[in-house]
Amino acid sequence: MASDKGDPGQKSQKFWENFMKTLFFISALTSVIAVFLICIFLFAGGIPAMFKIGLFEFIFGRKWAPNDVPPLFGILPMIMGSIYITGGAIAVGVPTGILTAAYMARLCPQNLYRVLKPAVGVLAGIPSIVYGFFGMVVIVPLVSQVFSANGNTILSASILLGIMILPTVIGISETAIRAVPESYYEGSLALGASNEWSIFFVILPAAKSGILAAVILGVGRAIGETMAVIMVAGGQPRLPNSILDGVRTLTANIVTEMPYAADLHREALIATGVVLFVFILIINLLVALLKRGGN
Amino acid sequence: MNKFSISQLYLYYDNFCALTDINIDIEDKNITAFIGPSGCGKSTFLKTLNRMNDLVDGCKVTGEVLLDGTNIYKDVDTNLLRKRVGMVFQKPNPFPMSVYDNIAYGPRAHGVKSKAMLDEIVEKSLQSAAIWDELKDRLRKPALALSGGQQQRICIARAVAVSPEVLLMDEPTSALDPISTSKIEDLVLELKEKYTIIIVTHNMQQAARVSDKTAFFLLGELIEYGNTNDIFSMPTHKKTEGYISGRFG
Amino acid sequence: MKPIKKPLGHFLALITKAAAATTFLVMAFLILYILINGLPHLTPSLFEFKYTTKNVSMFPALVSTIIMTALSLIIAVPLGAFAGIYLVEYAKKGNRTVKVVRVTAEALSGIPSIVYGLFGMMFFVTYLKWGNSILAGAFTLSIMVLPLIMRTTEEALKSVPDSYREGSFGLGAGRLHTIFKVVLPSAVPGILAGVILSIGRIIGETAALIYTAGTVTEMPQNVFSSARTLSVHMWALTGESLHKNESYAAGVVLLILVVGINSFSAFIAKKFIKEGK
Repeated sequence: MASDKGDPGQKSQKFWENFMKTLFFISALTSVIAVFLICIFLFAGGIPAMFKIGLFEFIFGRKWAPNDVPPLFGILPMIMGSIYITGGAIAVGVPTGILTAAYMARLCPQNLYRVLKPAVGVLAGIPSIVYGFFGMVVIVPLVSQVFSANGNTILSASILLGIMILPTVIGISETAIRAVPESYYEGSLALGASNEWSIFFVILPAAKSGILAAVILGVGRAIGETMAVIMVAGGQPRLPNSILDGVRTLTANIVTEMPYAADLHREALIATGVVLFVFILIINLLVALLKRGGN
Repeated sequence: MNKFSISQLYLYYDNFCALTDINIDIEDKNITAFIGPSGCGKSTFLKTLNRMNDLVDGCKVTGEVLLDGTNIYKDVDTNLLRKRVGMVFQKPNPFPMSVYDNIAYGPRAHGVKSKAMLDEIVEKSLQSAAIWDELKDRLRKPALALSGGQQQRICIARAVAVSPEVLLMDEPTSALDPISTSKIEDLVLELKEKYTIIIVTHNMQQAARVSDKTAFFLLGELIEYGNTNDIFSMPTHKKTEGYISGRFG
Repeated sequence: MKPIKKPLGHFLALITKAAAATTFLVMAFLILYILINGLPHLTPSLFEFKYTTKNVSMFPALVSTIIMTALSLIIAVPLGAFAGIYLVEYAKKGNRTVKVVRVTAEALSGIPSIVYGLFGMMFFVTYLKWGNSILAGAFTLSIMVLPLIMRTTEEALKSVPDSYREGSFGLGAGRLHTIFKVVLPSAVPGILAGVILSIGRIIGETAALIYTAGTVTEMPQNVFSSARTLSVHMWALTGESLHKNESYAAGVVLLILVVGINSFSAFIAKKFIKEGK
């Protein structure tokens, strides 16, 4: 044959095969290296501050006053701020999202689906800075008018984030609802149940682990959101008394104060990032467990 | 003269033994048919002959497969092996490119760059697959736009283009209509002049029509092997007789 | 047998309709509101070459956005695509490294952009001493979009029929030849859809850039210049209540860019699926 084993073309081909395979492998490791580096730098940058401040005082401290003498670095107000706003966003976004998903997957006519599906895509694509601006010029004045108070509140942020998590909740719930075997639905119809009844009491319960994953990912999105929240939530680092109070979230704390923070103050902000990161890791873990349970 | 000489071949998928103690000699420039019910191991065995099974995770082969006296499971470059032992698949699988590029794909992969040489190979290969006249004006058309029968002949031409010594055909007509099937069968008989052909088929008549030798497989074992005429007229084994007369399978 | 209550069924149908209508109306209202309020403020002075406090030009920000996007893609696309190729074409099923890669990629896709920003600030800006620069911003963003590109590449490669690979291997072509000549060409539209989606995310990103690329208004000189992308520009403008109109205008440009890009990606993906059949 023309090309035998020893020929140079064959050898250089072998070389390239191995070279590219190694290159592909190294590329595959990038994500591992990235996660590793993020953990190292975040923890190394933030954890010392936690211990200097005192872990308990840091996480459960009720007062954040970096300019006081001595400074106080309690991030409980921010933790609660993130939790309140996320809770509010869930209250606004999850029912709407799941119902929309149910409508899209089961009830809506084909023509309407062709409009709704891209609409959800558009919502997913809008940058958070644009959402934030929209919140600032529409939602905040509206809340301010209705309740005749300052509009930069938990409520405003919850409504805005509720809208922002819609595409996440809708997308994943829709997939989960569509994955329910048709036989469940048919079985229910065969017993004389109506179409809607079957959807609510047979299909949605059957899709519950997927829908739960959608909700948890929505929580992840809401808790990590930064720019939009800063623009509508007011930003006061204090424990709120009502949903018409302004608050500051963990994410907002970092962005707001980073420009003028130094030394321990700066480290405390990075430590705020660590707390946020841990929240996100827990959420990821929950989703992973849910997926494993689903399979 | 023997092209392939296989002895004590076992093949495992993880712990499942798919082929048991296969011993068979395959003659040069002849057509050998592998028959047997679905899942009997005939396709698996076919794929051991050009090591396509290497692509399956957890597949392990023991024993000897000699091609012209060299064990292909020892110290053989699989790419060169597959150049010598070409393959045509059950479903026509032309690449999503033009007819010309499909045929030239193999030669290019093996380092042929000259345009004139490729033109010549494409023409010759299409001629030997008896499809040149139909397609000579449509060489730049996408191969996927052709009919199933034409696609399969493109695949045969593509296999021929790297000038192999052996052609393995894995139920090459099972996805085709009767007219295309008979065209392929005629083609196979013509190709026999130049190549050693091994064909896996479900179709008894096809095996009887085209092959010189027939091997009957059942549950991963080679039950009977001999001249096609003998196998179909007086099988020595009960199971072979049962299968051929249509009692199972 | 007890008849199923009709009113309940009607009510259930009604609330799903109401929810879907809300979703759609919110989307439509948001887009129209920004467009109607913003389009009139898209004046030529906003696109003057040089930024001054008087013209508040977004032109330097647009240029920075383009450079930032291009640089991030140059880093992330080969890495993400190669990683996808490794996972689909080389890795054996159940391989432990592959599991680790998948888990970390998933973790990356869940990390909020502000955490990327913090990391970028500590690693690229401070530790590697790149300072606030386009380079630091682009590296930060490339890590952010890496999982997206990896996943879309993986999915695109998986959708290429195995019969193509078999056909190629059966002719004695090597793995590399098979990947580049047969598999990748068929997967390109899918990968492209992922890349375009990444462009949308890069253009829309703010939090990861404020402390990595900075907020400088000037036209960038090179990749070590600090610069603001359009999103960061809009953020800076909203902080100054004087510039509401310019914020609207920036919002319009961002919206058109990102929504347009995402629709384009969806279009490509759809076309790809059709042709695949």
